[in-house]
Amino acid sequence: MQTLIDILSQPAILVALIALIGLMAQKRNMSDTVKGTTKTFVGFLVISAGAGILETALVPFGAMFEQAFNVTGVVPNNEAIVALALSEYGTNTALIMFFGMIVNILIARFTRFKYIFLTGHHTLYLAAMLAVIMAVAGFNTVGLIAAGSVALGIVMTLSPAILQPFMRQLTGNDNVALGHFSAVGYAASALVGKLFKSSKENSTENINFPKGLGFLRDSTVSIALTMIIMYVIVALFAGATYIENELSGGTNFLVFSLIQAGRFAAGVFIILSGVRLVLSEIVPAFKGISTKLVPNAKPALDVPIIYPYAPNAVLIGFFASFLGGIFSMVIMIFTGGVIILPGVVPHFFTGAAAGVFGNATGGFKGSVIGSFVNGVVISFLPVFLMPVLGDLGFANTTFSDADFGVSGIFFGSLANYAGPIAITISLIVILALMAIPVKKQKAETK
Amino acid sequence: MKILAVCGSGLGTSFMVEMNINQILEELGVTGVEVSHSDLSSATPDDADVFFLAKDIAEGGAHLGEVVVMDSIIDMDELRTKVKQVLEKKGLI
Repeated sequence: MQTLIDILSQPAILVALIALIGLMAQKRNMSDTVKGTTKTFVGFLVISAGAGILETALVPFGAMFEQAFNVTGVVPNNEAIVALALSEYGTNTALIMFFGMIVNILIARFTRFKYIFLTGHHTLYLAAMLAVIMAVAGFNTVGLIAAGSVALGIVMTLSPAILQPFMRQLTGNDNVALGHFSAVGYAASALVGKLFKSSKENSTENINFPKGLGFLRDSTVSIALTMIIMYVIVALFAGATYIENELSGGTNFLVFSLIQAGRFAAGVFIILSGVRLVLSEIVPAFKGISTKLVPNAKPALDVPIIYPYAPNAVLIGFFASFLGGIFSMVIMIFTGGVIILPGVVPHFFTGAAAGVFGNATGGFKGSVIGSFVNGVVISFLPVFLMPVLGDLGFANTTFSDADFGVSGIFFGSLANYAGPIAITISLIVILALMAIPVKKQKAETK
Repeated sequence: MKILAVCGSGLGTSFMVEMNINQILEELGVTGVEVSHSDLSSATPDDADVFFLAKDIAEGGAHLGEVVVMDSIIDMDELRTKVKQVLEKKGLI
């Protein structure tokens, strides 16, 4: 019995078992099954290795920032915070992810929300966040996994659902949905864009926009460059004496900063390879099983699917969102407390998408102002998210995208008011609300 | 033969394209083609014989060699046509 518990409390073994079940359910041959199971197992251990490297780069950054400005500076990065969360909450994350995907399939099967969320890395990241929040809320192990899975399944369905009206407008059909947990930011951008409905015809795509910033799409390059800039600025404020005496062991403070910035990018690179290995069997299995069980399923896919609809808006959105991030940072400097630094990766991916949606509803003006609002949203949400994350709230990094903030703050605040009971009741109410419109709709069509 | 689907972070889009290419290969009854996915940083010309990338990162992946650029990454018909062209060129169908 003890051996069994030991096996199941090792997340690497657990995700490998999940992959094994998925592969067997698809009746794959022996060679594929062995390969897939092993890769998943190793992938999880690769993530932990990346987390170690990343932590050694983040700790001095936090120390330097405090020394320089006397406040905590936070660089939101999903990969970083997830890797840190997995070292303590790995088993629960794996189970929440597994059952959360089942809940997603059940909701899609039995309600009018036909969305199957296929962006596996975001599923994994949200599972990790929910594992943390439910643990902080005070659930026991079984309750934690149940509540986390139901919450994950609900967000996997509602996130694409709130964007679908705008996706229809953008793509001209109702076949594909967007599966990216920053939907609240995109919807905000699209709604802001509506205010500029009159200038909708004045699209971003009519502008001849300079090319050549495509290298920012390469996440290793953009993470390394921004971290170098941030590290060097903070190092200059923290001062050579402090860094060389306390942190670098005598190495020149700028050289030390440069290396730490590179090490952050290296850590993220390794974590991404691990995530890729972990997901490579689980996502196709999920896709295969869901298409069989849910007729008329709408796949919710990763965010770059909408970039080709407005390539100029992608770049404009990034800049406007990044400006929103800087604007928010300046406000935080004046109001005190935690300071959220604008990371290029979240602003690029979510800002770009916000730009595309803003352009679809309000042309150039909608794109610029909508993305700016997205930038402000993804800067301020982490401020309120961090207090509900327990120990991880002090990690100098946090979840970056809007839906993590919204759902985390929602469940975290419920837990603060009335603990697990409040969360359980809210989950039941949400599920009930999602189930009701089906009957209504059927009655109407009759 | 080996095909590599590439996108910015190597997580979602390239993975979806990989799954779609596999589905098309199955439809066409072609075997012996290995398909995988990667991010733009890690991809090197040695990684595969043919690279599939979306229009928006085509510029960043020009060094990879034999590159197929997709106008829309969700259009299965476009992907089917382009996969067929590649297979015909390589003498596999």
